[in-house]
Amino acid sequence: MDLFLQLTFAGLAIGSIYSCVALAVVMIYQATDHFNFAQGEMAMFSTYIAWTLVGLGAPVWLAFLLAVGLSFLAGVAIERVIVKPVENAPVLNQIIVFIGLLVIFNAVAGWIWEFTIKPFPSLFPADLGFKSTLIGPHHIGVIALTLGVLALVFAFFRFTRVGLAMRAAAANPDSARLVGVSVGWMLALGWGLAAAIGAVGGILVAPIVFLEPNMMAGVLLYGFAGALLGGVSSPGGAVLGGLVVGVLENWVGQYVPGGSELKLTFALILIVGVLVFKPAGLFGRVVVRRV
Amino acid sequence: MAFLEVRALEAYYRQTQALFGVDFRLDEGSITAILGANGAGKTTTLRAICRMVRTDGEVVFDGQDLSGLSTERVVRLGIAHVPEGRGTFVRQSVEENLVLGAYTRKDKAGIAADMESVYGYFPRLGDRRRQQAGTLSGGEQQMLAIGRALMLRPKLMLLDEPSFGLAPLIVQEIYEIMARIREREGTSMLLVEQNASLALAFADHAYLLETGKVVMGGESELLRNDENIRRIYLGY
Amino acid sequence: MDRPNPVTPQLLAAVAVALLFAGFLPHLVSDFTSFQFTQAMAYGVALLGLNILTGYNGQFSIGHSAFYAVGAYTAAILLYHFEWNHYATLPVAALVAFAVGFLFGLPALRLEGLYLALATFAFAVATPQLLKFDAFEHWTGGVQGLFVPKPEPLIEGLSADQSLYYVTLAVMVLLMALAWCLLHSRSGRAMMAIRDNPIAARTMGINTALYKTTTFGISAMYTGIAGALSVFVTEFVAPDAFNFFLAVNLLIGSVVGGIVSIPGVIFGGLFLVFLPNFAQDISRTYPFVPPPWAIFGIFLILVIYFVPFGVWGAVERAFAWWKRRPAGSGR
Repeated sequence: MDLFLQLTFAGLAIGSIYSCVALAVVMIYQATDHFNFAQGEMAMFSTYIAWTLVGLGAPVWLAFLLAVGLSFLAGVAIERVIVKPVENAPVLNQIIVFIGLLVIFNAVAGWIWEFTIKPFPSLFPADLGFKSTLIGPHHIGVIALTLGVLALVFAFFRFTRVGLAMRAAAANPDSARLVGVSVGWMLALGWGLAAAIGAVGGILVAPIVFLEPNMMAGVLLYGFAGALLGGVSSPGGAVLGGLVVGVLENWVGQYVPGGSELKLTFALILIVGVLVFKPAGLFGRVVVRRV
Repeated sequence: MAFLEVRALEAYYRQTQALFGVDFRLDEGSITAILGANGAGKTTTLRAICRMVRTDGEVVFDGQDLSGLSTERVVRLGIAHVPEGRGTFVRQSVEENLVLGAYTRKDKAGIAADMESVYGYFPRLGDRRRQQAGTLSGGEQQMLAIGRALMLRPKLMLLDEPSFGLAPLIVQEIYEIMARIREREGTSMLLVEQNASLALAFADHAYLLETGKVVMGGESELLRNDENIRRIYLGY
Repeated sequence: MDRPNPVTPQLLAAVAVALLFAGFLPHLVSDFTSFQFTQAMAYGVALLGLNILTGYNGQFSIGHSAFYAVGAYTAAILLYHFEWNHYATLPVAALVAFAVGFLFGLPALRLEGLYLALATFAFAVATPQLLKFDAFEHWTGGVQGLFVPKPEPLIEGLSADQSLYYVTLAVMVLLMALAWCLLHSRSGRAMMAIRDNPIAARTMGINTALYKTTTFGISAMYTGIAGALSVFVTEFVAPDAFNFFLAVNLLIGSVVGGIVSIPGVIFGGLFLVFLPNFAQDISRTYPFVPPPWAIFGIFLILVIYFVPFGVWGAVERAFAWWKRRPAGSGR
């Protein structure tokens, strides 16, 4: 029973990281109808920036905040400079631009920081004032912090004027322009937020998987799986989907023979399974398109 | 110079030209209607003023040339467009739609007051403040679209077929409310309608559009008494 | 209805010249260069698969590395464990890849555009891990992979590299001809109709589901054959050679050559073999130039911005412009 609970709590911790990535994916998807395949590599790059700042002597929390802020700015810039020219291009062209970004970030990270594995410090103290055999301090911190970040994001969208404008721009760009919303900048802002949320995910996962340029490939895949499971049209669903996927991953790894070695295959099966059997996800709405 | 002056306006959808030199003017505080058959370019004219299509020619509003501006900049000058098909934000609530209408304004107190006045014009919206806009009936969505436009405190409203797809009684109700808005706010309106008799009764001036060109224009009274207009567009 | 015969004398002449040139090439260059051209042609075959799928049928795949791996491993296992003749493994690799592609195409059927891209992305990312899986280690060689011998020269007097060059050339030309016939047939037109307007295609009575799955299978088959050929060239398979970046490579080659083209795959293949060396040289010589992969990524984005139709698309456009120009203005 203890093992089961340990697995579940650890799954929730890693799952909340998937939730961050899933949310980042869903944000860009809702605004533009595109999956940003470079989301994981962008988060990886952000994590390296935090690592560098720590190396320069910055306290780990300061490094975290700076890296997240820089990622936001970088996300905005990437949308304005690189993605905007293909805004109205066919889907394939856009996918290829995302892939190009993925490759560039991966290669440049390997070039600057090399492909060796680096330890990354946890944001949270090793001693939280109490001991539990069921869950470690980093995992508790991860769950608390991601839930906090997600609550902030939801409050932003729900209660602020810009958040409302972003939702409007995503849902109906023409009408949004007609009430004076600058849709292009809302898209850029969405990219910025997605990059920032992704950075949170990257910095939280780094102490668990170790920092290296390819660390996010699996996380992104699980993030996609979580987003699809929850429903790509539902940010709340995506968060829940990420948690479910994290827990499932741990259970499968422990209780299914070969499961620990085939974690990516599990993600693949999950993605294809959801797409085939429940394309709208658990909480998404079925989109009926007029033809 | 008139409040809104349109000269030699051309518009294109990709390679296809839709307007071939449209000229007309609108005086401050007046209501002008644009009539025409399907595909004559009525909607395109409104979209061209709001810079939603590629255009050539001149549109001057309140002394300012609109060409080269983005749609959002045009909106910020005080032009509120109630688009074809209403363009409501269906997943947002009625209230959120109205808040979005005032997106370019900063005066919180004024916004709150205007929201109450919109609910005054359209009591039905007041009853449904928290309801998702997508669940409203067609007539209510049209009301919401007009209400959202009012939230801008517009100097000029562009109305694209407010009667479209609605039952006659609802159409009558909406036009009555629009008349009241005009009376109280003195807003200038540029109205596009297929229902010519309705439009001519409501507007001070009217222009007739055929295949992307203005073929006739003047006081509504004048058009109403024109033999051809009566036969082709009014049908009696 | 009368259609102009697509086989024009100009086309035949162009093909003949190209073949003649390709036939003499190994005698003009070193063995190593022939080896590189062989690799480029193997890539070209894989790109052909991707072009049929994406360019002509409108389905996206960013996971073709998986089918490349299927072909490569099929050939390698037959060579290593059963000591088959090299060339006998090709049809088997083709069949297995077709089957895997067809099966993957079944669920993929319900997926459109982006979702399909996502599913194939997941497939590509998961492939190396599957290949390393313990339970298959006896067959796949696990992380180490398998070493296989190079095929013996078919004709005396040719070096092994030259011989392999000719075999690969023959396979590529055959597969290009087959693709050309397929695309100019009734089925090919149906595939393109599905790409251009799936709903209209269905109302015209085209069984879109069957066409899409079969196209996926054919595409996987081409790429699987390419994988098998690549094993003959490199004499070696290992899981990490079939990672996501191979899928990216294939996509790049396809786009650079021109995704809606058949001859473009040759340029795509050459690009994939020769550009990395070139990029590597640059980044070695100038310390502040980013690494080859980053140059690849930048190049990819630039191609999409400025020549989304690729090399062959550019050739076709130039050709069309030449034909359209008023007579006499050329002087």
